[in-house]
Amino acid sequence: MLYYFYYSMANILELRRLVKHFPGQQAVREISLAIPQGSFFSLLGPSGCGKTTTLRLIAGFEEPTSGDVLLNGEIVNRRKPYERNVSTVFQNYALFPHLTAQQNVEFGLRRHNAKDIGRRVREALELVSLTGKESRRPAQLSGGERQRVALARSLVLQPDVLLLDEPLAALDPKLRKQMRLELKAMQRRVGITFLLVTHDQEEALSMSDQMAVMNEGRVEQVGTPEDVYLRPQSRFVAGFLGAVNWINGIGVRPESVRLNRAPVERGAPATVTGSVFLGDCVQVLVKLASGENAIVQLPRCDAAYQPGDSVHLAWNAADEMTLP
Amino acid sequence: MNLRSWFLLPSWIWMWLLFAAPFVIVLAYSAMTRGEIGGIEPPWTLESYARLADPLYLTILWRSFLMAAVATALCLVFAFPAALFISRATSRRNLYLQLVMLPFWTSFLVRTYAWLFLLRDTGLINTALQALGLIHAPLPLLYNDGAVLLGLVYGYLPFMVLPIYATLERLDPSLVEAAADLGARPLTTVLRVIVPLSKPGIVAGSILVFIPCLGAFLTPDLLGGGRTVMVGNLVQNQFTTARDWPFGSAISIALMAIVTLLLVVFLRRESESLV
Amino acid sequence: MRRWLGVYAVAFFAFLHLPLLTLAFFSFNSSKFTRWEHFSLAWYGAIFKDPQIMEGLWNSVVIALWATVLSTIIGTLCAYGLWKHGSRVLTGSLYLSLVTPEIVTGISLLALFQWSFRWLNWQLGLYTVVLAHVAFSIAYVVIVVSARLRTVSPALEEAAMDLGANEWQAFWHVTLPALAPGIIAAALLALTVSFDDYVITSMVAGVDSETLPMVIYAMARRGASPVINAISALITLVFGGIILVSERMREA
Repeated sequence: MLYYFYYSMANILELRRLVKHFPGQQAVREISLAIPQGSFFSLLGPSGCGKTTTLRLIAGFEEPTSGDVLLNGEIVNRRKPYERNVSTVFQNYALFPHLTAQQNVEFGLRRHNAKDIGRRVREALELVSLTGKESRRPAQLSGGERQRVALARSLVLQPDVLLLDEPLAALDPKLRKQMRLELKAMQRRVGITFLLVTHDQEEALSMSDQMAVMNEGRVEQVGTPEDVYLRPQSRFVAGFLGAVNWINGIGVRPESVRLNRAPVERGAPATVTGSVFLGDCVQVLVKLASGENAIVQLPRCDAAYQPGDSVHLAWNAADEMTLP
Repeated sequence: MNLRSWFLLPSWIWMWLLFAAPFVIVLAYSAMTRGEIGGIEPPWTLESYARLADPLYLTILWRSFLMAAVATALCLVFAFPAALFISRATSRRNLYLQLVMLPFWTSFLVRTYAWLFLLRDTGLINTALQALGLIHAPLPLLYNDGAVLLGLVYGYLPFMVLPIYATLERLDPSLVEAAADLGARPLTTVLRVIVPLSKPGIVAGSILVFIPCLGAFLTPDLLGGGRTVMVGNLVQNQFTTARDWPFGSAISIALMAIVTLLLVVFLRRESESLV
Repeated sequence: MRRWLGVYAVAFFAFLHLPLLTLAFFSFNSSKFTRWEHFSLAWYGAIFKDPQIMEGLWNSVVIALWATVLSTIIGTLCAYGLWKHGSRVLTGSLYLSLVTPEIVTGISLLALFQWSFRWLNWQLGLYTVVLAHVAFSIAYVVIVVSARLRTVSPALEEAAMDLGANEWQAFWHVTLPALAPGIIAAALLALTVSFDDYVITSMVAGVDSETLPMVIYAMARRGASPVINAISALITLVFGGIILVSERMREA
């Protein structure tokens, strides 16, 4: 809640104590966020946490129960979607099936009676690397190509903020990794503020300048990916961003733990219960003296650990997470 | 007023003007008196409803009910295997469905007349039977309850096929396979597994057939001669020859009460909506 | 089991189609009786020479066109409105109008018209038939268009508005094109339903607004005639063709 004081002038989008209730459900309990102009910002959280509702509030498809949405410093709560300079890339792209790719991209420009439509459309298609496929209909395009059309369609309008609703969810894993890099590069190139909503922590971590972690209608933490991953402020954030071992009340991530045969100063004794080979690393499963289970992630070249081996877990103080 | 309200405005006008208003007027007429030359006159009275209790009219109501019920049952028996066949067809399902619906969507009048043509004394069936030497005088196939029943079943059979087919199509094939796996022979599977599971379709089809049959006019009129009088004929008669509008209105209200009741029952059972 | 079902299916389809095929077959018989004489188109010729039939045909066409246009527009708007946000009253009325026996619809509309004539000093005529046809066709149109609407994702209109289209533009540019095949199918359905109607039409038609079904009915009451066979064959052909086109549209 204090964060928005820092960026008061440079924020293109602000949410002030935003609340949205549906009959029988409190989707957004109270959210305050400030999103700096030109940044790649992510809303990360499990399904049902209210992130999509927040997106829809910003886009104008829902009206807030209380609180304000500010775009460029103006309160836009009651404005219709077509009255806001915000554009959405929908989860399933929502491309108009009866129009070609080109006509899809033109659509917003035509509604705004823009000038120079031809050139702008061409540039937008170039930006998303779809030149040559303009006259195809959505049914004739692959999933990845459809996503590019959706991006071009929104970007061509040069919105203040581009909202992306789980844009990579419908793509297959390999394509997803590739698109992450492309999206990030695209955002840098056009300089438009991107607000991405996702439940995939890898996505949020890899693409964002800043991210907000949401849970049950509230924001639990806002910060850079490093902040959120290495210095989580709650057990929920720690657990959602990656695996955590809770050892005697202290949290340590599996990749921060080393295994020693001999006892160590800052550590815990344990017995190996098994190991899992993951290709690029090995996860060793241990049972602590206190009875808790833990996972240790080691690079591949280390010595093999057999079930029953006695070991000691060791980690650096800096990697500790002490949380309520 | 938003767009949606504007769009629904014509429908609301339709609803009030061409749906609710006529009904209210008929309701009012049903409680008034017949004028001397056949108009409607003031004294409010429930006399028309009392007349409905006359055995003559109760018989007609009862017989209509019976006819509709028998027609529905026959439709069910004949439609089910056809629906089963189509649901099991691996190809050309749409073709079969169209073949079922095609006769229905061409003129109902024509299809009723077709049976007039076939069943009458000089019709095709009698002529053929006589030509084959099987009979010497024409059989009175027309102008009786049987002909009307035949006409009703023929007319509304497709209405029974489609809902049953829709339910069968959604049937989980592994249930049938499980039955076979457990030792049931094909006919048993049909009777004990498939039929019970197609209850929604059977109920829907039955309502879709029963209600029009109950209020049928053309079929009993053309195929029944003057002998098979159903409720529909009775009502029409009151508004034309007999010129007894209050009585005709009362019968209509009674008929609508039954129909509405059936519709409510049907809607309660069906979760899926047509609209 | 499959074999028996197949045999049954053949018999079933035969039962459904043979009566009509027989009608058509004998429409080409030169004799009035059901003994085949020789092939003749005389009865078809008789259709066009009969002024009553021709007038009935003309009236039916005019009424059907008017009723179709009106009911398709109203019904489509209704289906769209209900798609955005339901209305129990409207939906219930539509269902009820569908299941109301034709004779009841007919007499109730007649009652409405006669009652209003007390003040308006008008008569029954073509226009009352058109109104009546619109009244009972709307529900059919709504069903067909609603079915089509269920295949349209609401996200499309949201996307349109997100891109700058207002509610009307979203409907016009995005939803309506997606609906087009359904609307055409609904219109064709309304057309055939209107053209074929006897019961309701007979109750609300004026003295000189006889439709083709009314002419056929009168002829059929007097006894069978090969001219009716010929008309029937023609109607079946035309309706059948229209319905097949309509099905293609629905599947498109």
